[in-house]
Amino acid sequence: MEIKKTAIAGTLESSDVQIMLTQGTDGIVFDLVSDVAKQFDDAIKQTINQVLSEYGIQNVIVKVVDKGALDMVIKARTVAVVQRALDTVGEPKWEVL
Amino acid sequence: MAIEEKLRRTMMFVPGNNPAMVKDAGIFGADSIMFDLEDAVSLSEKDAARYLVYEALKTVDYGRSELVVRINGLDTPFYHNDIKAMVKAGIDVIRLPKVETADMIRNLEKLVVEAEIEFGREVGTTHLMAAIESARGVVNANEIAQASKRMIGIALSAEDYTTDMKTHRYPDGQELLYARNVILHAARAAGIAAFDTVFTNLNDEAGFKRETELIHQLGFDGKSLINPRQIDLVNQVYQPLKKEIITAQNVIAAIEDAKQKGSGVISMNGQMVDRPVVLRAERVMRLAKANNLVDEEGNYIEK
Repeated sequence: MEIKKTAIAGTLESSDVQIMLTQGTDGIVFDLVSDVAKQFDDAIKQTINQVLSEYGIQNVIVKVVDKGALDMVIKARTVAVVQRALDTVGEPKWEVL
Repeated sequence: MAIEEKLRRTMMFVPGNNPAMVKDAGIFGADSIMFDLEDAVSLSEKDAARYLVYEALKTVDYGRSELVVRINGLDTPFYHNDIKAMVKAGIDVIRLPKVETADMIRNLEKLVVEAEIEFGREVGTTHLMAAIESARGVVNANEIAQASKRMIGIALSAEDYTTDMKTHRYPDGQELLYARNVILHAARAAGIAAFDTVFTNLNDEAGFKRETELIHQLGFDGKSLINPRQIDLVNQVYQPLKKEIITAQNVIAAIEDAKQKGSGVISMNGQMVDRPVVLRAERVMRLAKANNLVDEEGNYIEK
């Protein structure tokens, strides 16, 4: 599935993560900035990948600015940004939660 | 209906879209934590806040605090999805803002039942509470409090209420006297909890203490709070005196004594102990325990 539009969710405040999705053609491409990237970039990507796959998104550019977010925050922000990018904010996909 | 007698001295508001506050909300020892999806969240972030609170409820251990969420009102496009998400997450209590009629609670209950069935939660496990924020809500407080068996409490929300009444908040609280008493009576008649409004001026500690003493005297279960700093102050006001604890211990000992003797009549120092005295004693002991004034066996701890 392709996303319909560029979308962003989350903030740059401490403990949060900001995720932006833009249309891509070359699989899932990450651009990740995190203070804890060395230790956690794989974990962050894995959480995001998991949500993307549950929505069936295969081609997208994912820009991530992490401010030390917990895994549950990363998941929540990813769900929000995907729903926005798919233009389905009003119809949550409950089984992903 | 009184599902169980719980201490609800402090209900701390937590902005639903703030990850730092949401994740740390459990460390302050509030009796109830209220995640806010309504006024603390801007219109463009309603969806994001809902998912954040959902994930937090699923993953964070909030200890013994009762977990409450203030959803968006009936007249908003977020109402239905807020209910579904929070029921799915297994929230303890849904707080509906701006309640004016019992029908609003019945409508909410219907949707909660549907969500409980859809997401496989036991029907009846999601409790409800109403915030009264208008003259109409105060006038209908009685029916609202009794609108559903799931109701655990009603709360006064004074900012909207005073605006509706063409006044504003004053330091002495005279403008809230009628609403406070009406809400309290509606709650007591229904056997549910009564919560007082927030006190927003964090720099006026004396004013906060004065207001908390007033609502404690009136009989409120507790107060809604906007800052964890306020928790200790409320607990201090609700803390029983040593004298009250000792009386309560004597009452409870007299009950035990009467039970062992198989006597239906309980007496203490030659005077009959009736039901209200017993209930008050039990509440004093719950408060004493919560304030760490007694040990596990109920013995007073000298400080």
